[in-house]
Amino acid sequence: MNAPLKRTEPCPTPQPLSLVPKKGNRLYELAYEATNQCIQCGYCLPACPTYESMGKESASPRGRINLVKMAAEGKIDISKHLAEPIDLCLGCRACETACPVSVPYGHILESAKEVIADEQTNQNDKLKKLILKQVFPYPKRMRMLGNLTWVYQKSGLKTIVKKTKLLHKISEPMAQFESVLPEIESPVKRAKLGTIIPAKGVKKARVAFFTGCISDALLNRTNRLTIELLTLVGCEVIIPKSQNCCGALHAHQGMTENARELAKQNIAAFEETKADYYINNAGGCGALLKEYDHLLEKEEEWAERAKNFSHASKDISEVLVEFGPLPFQKEWDGVITYQDSCHLRNVQGVHREPRKLLQSIPGARFVELPGSDSCCASGGIYNLLHFEESMKILDRKMEHVEKTNATTVVTTNPGCLLQMRVGIERQGCSSQVQGVHLVDVLADACGIS
Amino acid sequence: MEAAIVKKIEQIVSANRIMTGLEDLYSYSYDASFGEYLPELAVQPENAHEISQIMKLANKYKIPVYPRGSATSLSGGPLPVEGGIVLDMTRMNNKLIIDRENLLAIVSPGITTGEIHRKAEEVGLFYPPDPSSSKISTIGGNLLENSSGPKGLKYGTTKEYVIGLEVVTPEGEIVRTGGKTVKNVTGYDLTRLIVGSEGTLAIVTEATLRLIPKPKAQKTLLATFSRLVDSGYAITKILSSGILPAAMELMDNPCIRAVENFSPCGLPIDAEALIIIEVDGHPLAIQEEIEKCEELCWQVGATSVRTAKTDQERDDIWKARRMVSPAITQMGPTKISEDATVPRSQIPAMMEKLNHIRKKYDLNLVVFGHAGDGNLHPNIITDKRNIEEMKRVENAVSEIFEAAISLGGTLSGEHGIGTLKAPYMEMELGEAGLDLMKKVKEAWDPHHILNPGKIFPKAGQTKVVLV
Repeated sequence: MNAPLKRTEPCPTPQPLSLVPKKGNRLYELAYEATNQCIQCGYCLPACPTYESMGKESASPRGRINLVKMAAEGKIDISKHLAEPIDLCLGCRACETACPVSVPYGHILESAKEVIADEQTNQNDKLKKLILKQVFPYPKRMRMLGNLTWVYQKSGLKTIVKKTKLLHKISEPMAQFESVLPEIESPVKRAKLGTIIPAKGVKKARVAFFTGCISDALLNRTNRLTIELLTLVGCEVIIPKSQNCCGALHAHQGMTENARELAKQNIAAFEETKADYYINNAGGCGALLKEYDHLLEKEEEWAERAKNFSHASKDISEVLVEFGPLPFQKEWDGVITYQDSCHLRNVQGVHREPRKLLQSIPGARFVELPGSDSCCASGGIYNLLHFEESMKILDRKMEHVEKTNATTVVTTNPGCLLQMRVGIERQGCSSQVQGVHLVDVLADACGIS
Repeated sequence: MEAAIVKKIEQIVSANRIMTGLEDLYSYSYDASFGEYLPELAVQPENAHEISQIMKLANKYKIPVYPRGSATSLSGGPLPVEGGIVLDMTRMNNKLIIDRENLLAIVSPGITTGEIHRKAEEVGLFYPPDPSSSKISTIGGNLLENSSGPKGLKYGTTKEYVIGLEVVTPEGEIVRTGGKTVKNVTGYDLTRLIVGSEGTLAIVTEATLRLIPKPKAQKTLLATFSRLVDSGYAITKILSSGILPAAMELMDNPCIRAVENFSPCGLPIDAEALIIIEVDGHPLAIQEEIEKCEELCWQVGATSVRTAKTDQERDDIWKARRMVSPAITQMGPTKISEDATVPRSQIPAMMEKLNHIRKKYDLNLVVFGHAGDGNLHPNIITDKRNIEEMKRVENAVSEIFEAAISLGGTLSGEHGIGTLKAPYMEMELGEAGLDLMKKVKEAWDPHHILNPGKIFPKAGQTKVVLV
């Protein structure tokens, strides 16, 4: 080929700014102002787990904010260009802690998800939305799911499935997660909604417990232990009757309206309890509970109530530190390390308390996990939707875990917990290393089983 | 870009490192400065050989190529202003060797400067250049822009630490310059020519950096002044007293007020200026030096002097400086950050001129910077969607450049010329001076394909255009 090739496309020139922003573009209304706060300094890049694993600008916070801006300006297409980069974001929000100018990334992300969700109509997406709408907001259906899982685990069906590798044939991600699901406790031990459990010893506070939909179904033992720890430090615990799923999964999938409805139900349910604090034990749920004020800021009759709700919401570790110390009963054996829940750390700002509690366990050797502030790539259901990308980040994290020589890996959120257990399994060291919730470790050290 | 060319590039670089989607192209259309330019292709090379082949191809078909690190540039260095190919260099990050015997670091261009700091310090060594973005910015970008930060005062800028390079020329040749010796006078010093060339002469594929022993300790003080001119005296007095601080940072009153408003650090909001002084070295020596600095500040009329007693207090002092950027961006979404530099004796005169410009154009103009070396950062906070105000910004920026040059200073101390300052090159260099630089560029890059549109003004261009 000797004939010189000509550059056919003219060099694109920047469009005059005044022509660009379009009114009526929903993304423009929701997030354009916020995207303009970004000064594109790039300080967020090293904080972003997907930028590290994928190594390109469109997988970075700065890149994603710019793409939302471009879509709001009508320069790129929402489904064709914006959807994938946004979908590949873990939503860990570590970028917000690195941002020198406080760009509200969480808000930009959820606005983008909302607009993308409106445009997407494929089958997978419909199914996802159907499940989110028809299962999670119904505590009875969630409990039924938990009970079925309990039956599955106890009846021997699990053994058969495992032997035949049935799940591996259907879906590898599903198989990996099934194998690390903690043993579900008998449904009869589940605390009844509406009950009040008295404080042990002097009553210091009245707290209301947020069970969480997934935790209530699948981590019911951790929930029971949470309540016991609370009573041990002098809290009277009430379990509000008409509480519901927090709505975080909905918000993260762009179903903001559904999230708002759930928020209102929860606010009403918890207000009735007249409790001093509303306690949760799941970093992801807690983050949204603490952001109900943002979620409902534009609804006049709810804004103030949402603010009070957010203010009263606390992570279990915060109140255990406030009302502790815990009455530990036994010496701990082995090294403990801790993987932050991103939403607990980056959104709720809680990272000292879990460490303080773990360090206070008699005999425990606490070793800080390098990169513990970086996401494990659980990301709600990110690990199911983007299994390979997620495992790439997780496997790297597990190399750090191995270096700590930890025999106990602690987290504070159901999603992170399952993810870390998958990580341990993938490393092939599940016989020596356990992945547990903070509450499980503390309860164990207090002699509660 | 024509499919046939993309095909040829696919034969050089694997397809997963070639990006053509609009979402990726827009992701390489900006940096931390001003402007948005869409490339036609973004490629992530992994070694010098790949870059060499890309350059040969680009040279044959006259396609513009732009090397890009982490795009933290404040002057438009990596912007693809004439379309073409962006080379995302961040994947070239596999080499970081610390040679303790020769006090050297040998690095790939995609390694971040912060990573070099960390690795050197692990073995008691020190790579001094410290642009504020060092945790993010790549060493390749730092070299090509000759970046620096507060420590430039005592330790010099990036160019003082680069002794050898491997580069790919615009015509695709892989060339080594300099070497591993600190002394080297063999032929022209191409290393120094390439460092600071803003990616217009060659693409760095490996660098050999000089390291020095890490100073043992630091002492830091913060002094406030009710008159700006007194802070200027404090700086010149200290520097002429035989003390060379590691950093001397200045903040003006609008800056102080912005910080106090955003994140209170206990700064007096009526102070016209404050300076932060840090000395480093042997603990006994710096104790004496910091006491001398305190004394000199009081002598010239400081209203308060606070020396950090603990690491926490030292951190608190630096927090005031770190908060400047976030604090000032609260005033508006667009930040035009300049780095006009004057001889240090002219700092008070420059501050006066800046004050005048602020009033004349009625703008949010704050000034901070590395006062010890005359490198000020006048920042204009505005909103690029406000066309009327942007016109005033254009005029103010022009006047800032004129002010610096009239005082014997320079357009840019550390950010680079890039796109925005190009129109003023002749003002500083004169016609013959600029012409000499053009001849160098012509000789290296006869087809003007490597990072075109930077440094040199377009015909008839004499003023910055923002809207």
